[in-house]
Amino acid sequence: MSRLIRMDQTGHTTLAEWSAEDQDSVAAAVQAFRAELDRGYFAVVSEGEGHAEQVRELPLHAPLVILRRPIAGG
Amino acid sequence: MLPELASVYWRPRASELTLRRSGRVWTLWTLAHTVPFIGAAVLLIALNPVTLPVALAALAQAWLIPELYVARGANVVRPRGPVARSGAEVAALGLLGDLIGHEPRALHARTGLVLERGKLGAWLVAETGALLVLPGSRRVHCYCVKATDPKLPSSDRIAHLLLALRADESGFATVANLAFSGAPWRLRRRLPKGVRPALDAATDAGRAMA
Repeated sequence: MSRLIRMDQTGHTTLAEWSAEDQDSVAAAVQAFRAELDRGYFAVVSEGEGHAEQVRELPLHAPLVILRRPIAGG
Repeated sequence: MLPELASVYWRPRASELTLRRSGRVWTLWTLAHTVPFIGAAVLLIALNPVTLPVALAALAQAWLIPELYVARGANVVRPRGPVARSGAEVAALGLLGDLIGHEPRALHARTGLVLERGKLGAWLVAETGALLVLPGSRRVHCYCVKATDPKLPSSDRIAHLLLALRADESGFATVANLAFSGAPWRLRRRLPKGVRPALDAATDAGRAMA
């Protein structure tokens, strides 16, 4: 089961869980994913130390997709 | 490529070359701030020993300016106060723990900083900043950079920076603001004692990358 989570004030919130074979869960996850991108979140798939991929479309086979806020120089 | 790069479109993208160059510029800038004061002090004493107090004030200024820069660099990784053990922080810490390996997790528990080896050097990621120890460990860059949501738990702030760093290391170094660049031993003196083991681990990692 893959998960879409958003880092927020609660630590993190699970927005959707899906399985690539379950089209209903995929559709719900894609909808949640796009809604968060529209709200200004960025989506990242971590691939271990030193590697992560910024994604614009929900990667259906990634086990965990994390939504983060933008960063800025302080 | 980090989307945040659009907000700093005028900056050249960070690379090994630009990092080396900015380090040299930083050193020259520091010298430009200190050498005139030292020169003035020597000149004053040579002209008239009565001016000794003024010469000493000039020397103090020459010492103070680089120390202020180092303190600014140390501030980027200074803990922002005790980490609240709230439910949100525990959840955020769990996610951060999932993102990093055993060794960085243990270091984070001890120091509050996460060690991440990149192509540009060894990074130490904190809540509101990051240190980059260049390969060879003769220079460290201190960056001021943070997640834009001020209400995030501490570990989520680190996870934000860590994920951005992993997605685009060069872009991360471009977006972040350079607060100090210099020798790791200078920075170490200004770091809180609890944070120093993290810098030691990063300099070890930097030496291994040389």
